[in-house]
Amino acid sequence: MGLLSDPNRRRALTNLLTRLNTPLWGMPVDWLVKAMQARGLEVFTQSFSRTLPFPDENKERYMVHGTNVYGILRAPRAPRTEALVLSAPCTPGSSNNQAVGLLLGLAQYFRGQMYWAKDIIFLVNEHDLIGMQAWLEGYHHTNTTGMSWTPLEGRGGSIQAALSLELSSDIITSLDLVLEGLNGQLPNLDLANLFYAFCQKIGVLCTIQGKLQRNDWDSAAGYSQAVQTMLLMVLKQASGRPWGDHGLFLRYHIEAASIRGINSFRQYKTDLTTVGKLLEGMFRKLNNLLERLHQSYFFYLLPSLSRFVSIGYYMPAFGLLAAILLLRALDLWVQLGSPAPGTEDGLPFGPGVLSVLTPLIISHLTGVALYTLPIMAQQTAVEHFPVSETEAVVLTAIAIYTAGLALPHNTHRVLSGEGTEEGWRVLKLIAIFYMAVLLGCTALINFSLGFILALTLVPVAAFITPHVPRVLSALVMVLLSPGSTLLFSIFVYQELQEAPITLLEGWNLFLSVISQGILDHNLYGSLVYPLISLLVYPCWLLLWNILFWK
Amino acid sequence: MATCSCCFPLMMITLFLYILLYLQPVPCSNVETKASQLFSSGHTNNWAVLVCTSRFWFNYRHVANTLSVYRSVKRLGIPDSHIVLMLADDMACNHRNPKPATVFSHKNMELNVYGDDVEVDYRGYEVTVENFLRVLTGRLPPSTPRSKRLLSDDRSNILIYLTGHGGNGFLKFQDSEEISNVELADAFEQMWQKRRYNELLFIIDTCQGASMYERFYSPNLMALASSQVGEDSLSHQPDLAIGVHLMDRYTFYLLEFLEDIHPASQTTMNDLFKVCPKSQCASTPGHRTDLFQRDPGSVLITDFFGSVRKVEITKETVNLTTPIVYEDHENPNRRIGTPQMASFWAFGPSSCLCSSRPTASNTSSTSSKTLPQALPGGPKPLVVGEKGICHITGMTPFHLLL
Repeated sequence: MGLLSDPNRRRALTNLLTRLNTPLWGMPVDWLVKAMQARGLEVFTQSFSRTLPFPDENKERYMVHGTNVYGILRAPRAPRTEALVLSAPCTPGSSNNQAVGLLLGLAQYFRGQMYWAKDIIFLVNEHDLIGMQAWLEGYHHTNTTGMSWTPLEGRGGSIQAALSLELSSDIITSLDLVLEGLNGQLPNLDLANLFYAFCQKIGVLCTIQGKLQRNDWDSAAGYSQAVQTMLLMVLKQASGRPWGDHGLFLRYHIEAASIRGINSFRQYKTDLTTVGKLLEGMFRKLNNLLERLHQSYFFYLLPSLSRFVSIGYYMPAFGLLAAILLLRALDLWVQLGSPAPGTEDGLPFGPGVLSVLTPLIISHLTGVALYTLPIMAQQTAVEHFPVSETEAVVLTAIAIYTAGLALPHNTHRVLSGEGTEEGWRVLKLIAIFYMAVLLGCTALINFSLGFILALTLVPVAAFITPHVPRVLSALVMVLLSPGSTLLFSIFVYQELQEAPITLLEGWNLFLSVISQGILDHNLYGSLVYPLISLLVYPCWLLLWNILFWK
Repeated sequence: MATCSCCFPLMMITLFLYILLYLQPVPCSNVETKASQLFSSGHTNNWAVLVCTSRFWFNYRHVANTLSVYRSVKRLGIPDSHIVLMLADDMACNHRNPKPATVFSHKNMELNVYGDDVEVDYRGYEVTVENFLRVLTGRLPPSTPRSKRLLSDDRSNILIYLTGHGGNGFLKFQDSEEISNVELADAFEQMWQKRRYNELLFIIDTCQGASMYERFYSPNLMALASSQVGEDSLSHQPDLAIGVHLMDRYTFYLLEFLEDIHPASQTTMNDLFKVCPKSQCASTPGHRTDLFQRDPGSVLITDFFGSVRKVEITKETVNLTTPIVYEDHENPNRRIGTPQMASFWAFGPSSCLCSSRPTASNTSSTSSKTLPQALPGGPKPLVVGEKGICHITGMTPFHLLL
């Protein structure tokens, strides 16, 4: 029993892999269809096209047309109610050339087995995430991102679990597990446990976040390794982008993970038949499931593959930060409540309302501008400045962001009269409640994002008043603003990956991250960019207004 | 004195003849002792009710448990017509079974307990608490086929085997309902009152199985369980090719024990109590014999697990040609719809049979003292009791169903 114990099959797989070692120009759709049909699968294709809002410089694409090819292995005796997916993104070049070969080898092996109770769908998607999004939308009959695709002719029932393969070489030293998905969603922890269990059983080295596990948890070095791994996961989750093709499955409540083969400089190397055995074992286990994976945690942080921090442990940390905000709000409420003659408890009347409402409206309008203008104005920017579209978008965003800093000055020119002591207190109260609710909701959906924002914004919100030293506080505020937080996170991320970068590289990376964030939002529905631009940034601007309150 | 000299041998012969006459019952009492040995258990037929209560692929081992006991019971002689087999799920034809149409009890696929001739009476969703209790008490709708009925009488020894997931005082049926130990005890009491068993052996292999027999209060019950209250019954070994645990420990060792039993075995219940000690089972099997009238050391395993046919020898003859009068004078046209039995052997004097009869037979014996007349033109029953079933005191007829 076991994959490729038959020498003929082993040879066939090796031939296939050698053929695939040559760089692929686009996707060989016809060849794939024939190959899958030869293995006895029901093969279907789906073509899709999408014009990105602006060119993606990282992946060098703008108007994307592609075809997904997928073959369904029907379960021999079961009704077609459930399915499992094994996918391999097919990209031009040599970045994922071996995965398709392994996928076809597995398809051939799985076809000869009797024990499948679910259909298995072998999917080769083009243009990685875009193709995957098109396929998933077609499969579930939704259209949330405005892509155009042909409807799927063949279906396999409701998908219970999915695995995505990324293999660049036919000899690997370790397998990396990628869990973070769109909007920081994670698959059930049981999927990670499954992967780890099989790694142990088969004897393959397994990593998470590219870092190996250590056994010495009590020592300082072991502990710092665990902290670094967890921090990497926090940063990846906070970015809200899917870090593998699996990331888009999670939205449909399909537990999915990506497995990446890494070939580094180690002595002990594993070949693809072993990886195939591991995948066969995982699929067999998923096949035996009677329900969707739901027994383990959905919210967790992994300092290593064998340890996790559950939501019950990390949420109180956020809760304490939110408590600071609530205490400050209580303090403000008490201050407001101690009566000054002529005013009611709480709201001031007359011009006071306007002086509170105006910053609110203007901040949010700036936020809306930050959200909509970069993409809308890219054409005009390109005409007037010698920049590419992507740069135009990003630089417009940064310009609007920085322009917001000048707002208080402008606001006070608009408004006549002075703001009162009560006015800024009311505004701060509103801002703090707003921030508390915002950060709370964010933390519930994407804990890492909420936590990082809370770490930087809560101190600011707590201490800011018009009476603190202006210049110093302004500097601190700018350093703790969402944009700078992003910049620092990039540097921290690179440090943790043990690939530190210079300032200039960091700046370029910062620009590309902003463009990726906007693209993710438009292509897959990631919520980070709208959240930051429409809600967090106005909130920060409110605090900035308070600092410059007159 | 010549007559005296031949008088002595004559006297000896006469004495010898008198002694022979007196000792005439001696051959009868040889038969008596033999017969008493034959009928020490008092049962004439065996039934088995084997129930697996859990479904889903990962409960493969419960189905394998039940099928192992089924296999042993069939091998030792109980026919399918006397076995009620209830399996809550179909493991042999489950989509996940890499070897369809098989259910293995030993790893490496050594022993297929599914075989070629398994007759499942209650399958899939038919295994419910209600159906189980109806089978036991006999309260089934008239449309129920014979294969789904427990047609036991007061001379039946019944083996009841339950396996599945259980807890303190309950057994889970099919993930949706439970049977409690009180319900079970009441069902057995109903069976006792309706004279549906002679002796009953109850075996249960679940977690905290001993709680299920705590509440029994009817006579002639013996119970065995795989674990005490507060303990879990553990499974035995997984098979890596099939991917599930194949058997539970208690039933695995029970199967091993039963494989050594053959129909002529003299192994007693005391050996059964020793099956699967804590070292092998990791739980402490328990048993209960206080309600049982005989000493467990004299109870043969084959009294419950096998179907040993017994033959009664008698010296009396009965003349079957005399017309018999039907006893029901009020309504001579009443037909009897229940199965009627004619017995070939009439009863001999009760002194020939040295064991005591259960009280049930004594009550029905009063109605059967006179041989009734036959209905003109109708079937010829020999004895018609209250329920239309033939009970003749003190005898074990070789039943022939008309």
